[in-house]
Amino acid sequence: MRDRRPLFLMTPALAWLTAFMVVPCLLILALAFFRRGLYGGIDYTLTWENIALVFDPLYAGIFLKSAWIAGLSALIAVILGYAAAYAIAAMPRRHQPLLLFFAVLPFWSNYLVRTYAWIVLLNREGLIVHLARLLGFEGELPRMLYTETAVVIGLVYNYLPFVILACYAPLSRLNPEVTEASRDLGASPWTTFRRVVLPMTVPGIATGFTFVFVLSIGNFVTPALLGGGQFQMIGNLVYAQFLTANDWPFGAALSIFLIAIMMGLLTLQTFASEKASGGRNA
Amino acid sequence: MRNAPLPLMLAILAGVFAFLYLPISVLVALSFNDGGLPTAWTGFSTKWYGALFANADIMGAALNTLIVAVISTILATLFGTLLAVGVEIRRRKGRFLETLIFAPMIIPDIVLAIALLSFFSLLGVTMGLHTIILAHVVFNLAFVCSVVRARLKTFDWSIVEASTDLGAPTFTTLRRVIIPVLSPAIIAGALLAFTLSVDEFVIAFFTAGAGRASTTLPMQIYAMIRFGVTPEINALATIVMGISVLALTLSQRLNRGGLPGQ
Repeated sequence: MRDRRPLFLMTPALAWLTAFMVVPCLLILALAFFRRGLYGGIDYTLTWENIALVFDPLYAGIFLKSAWIAGLSALIAVILGYAAAYAIAAMPRRHQPLLLFFAVLPFWSNYLVRTYAWIVLLNREGLIVHLARLLGFEGELPRMLYTETAVVIGLVYNYLPFVILACYAPLSRLNPEVTEASRDLGASPWTTFRRVVLPMTVPGIATGFTFVFVLSIGNFVTPALLGGGQFQMIGNLVYAQFLTANDWPFGAALSIFLIAIMMGLLTLQTFASEKASGGRNA
Repeated sequence: MRNAPLPLMLAILAGVFAFLYLPISVLVALSFNDGGLPTAWTGFSTKWYGALFANADIMGAALNTLIVAVISTILATLFGTLLAVGVEIRRRKGRFLETLIFAPMIIPDIVLAIALLSFFSLLGVTMGLHTIILAHVVFNLAFVCSVVRARLKTFDWSIVEASTDLGAPTFTTLRRVIIPVLSPAIIAGALLAFTLSVDEFVIAFFTAGAGRASTTLPMQIYAMIRFGVTPEINALATIVMGISVLALTLSQRLNRGGLPGQ
């Protein structure tokens, strides 16, 4: 009886997750190996074509482009987020929870609204152009909206709060005596940071980077709104296969690669965390 | 940390907070701008809010969003809480189980969206608000579960043993002992689920089916951004952000354990 109790409590949720997450994801896995039907349906003959098509230079190029944009966004977000988390951790303890709360608050407000805010700032008649004119700037400003830069800004802006959260956790747990010991032993502040603080906070950095990278590479909203269809990312490609091109098997194959990238990065992140905590025990 | 140069730290904080809050503050300010244009302030006005409430499309979308958010929150809170209690009672921690519970929070939304679209289409299910609700419960229950589990880490299980020893059946123990102690965390989780559901766009977009009947507020906002921006959108953005901020502040107040990941 004692052992069956937790099972009965978990059943509704586990059944729900199985029916509406596990089974649909397995379905996608299966779909990737079928042929596209003549009129957009699915022809149930097994094939490797969809998987092979992902490696076609055209699509492989989109994958690389997406990885570049996601990687750049993740890198910038980690640098800004780490600096912010470090600064929050340097404030008096009693102020830290409130600062952290306000750093994370935008993350939970509407993603579309936060992206739209950048359209207002960056567009040709937008606030930044207007401010530049007010400040006496005469010439033609380069186009800002519908560029790669705009997409990167949008992704960094949207995911920065999470990176702050992820980096703050190990920074706040850092024992001040350790950094004091380093200073007492004659290390400069920079050396102390590089050799002591940074290695101990790698798990936070790894978590933040992984999170931004994974969410950016599969994103279709930001490239559509801030990139203005100037270039495609994998998210847009998947979107198109399902809603316009009607090639579901190929869309499924692309999604499998997205999941594979996500799982690979999560494994790396776990590895980085374990290595960092192992180093601490040694 | 204490040795960090204070002026530099304050400058970093000022910079990051300005980056985070200036863009959304601009939207809020614009929603009260009479002329509606970002380039000229022509006086304070609430007319865009008036226009919003007179717009039948937006009001319909708001009602749909409310229906989806309320129903999916209720289901997710129930299932997520039971799941959290079940997982924490079990001594044995299965890696597979942990992954299954964690997956809805990390899986790229586009993947879950197309998976559910394929699933519902192949089953021949007509899509609409009900399929959005089914989908939203998936990630909402995972978030509720993680908030409740955080509270259970400091839970005193001896009161459960006392209840059992005094002869209370499992269900009574759950209802009279566990749930009351957990209620702040449960409400915090529910508020979080509610805002997630109100704001969720990608999965709703894919599982809403054809036609305008099941358009939710984020879908309406997306369409407004893509096909012709009207100043009303600033007012709508302000209201939507206001709802999230309110729900989240309440959630944080109730739950000392903090947000997931914190």
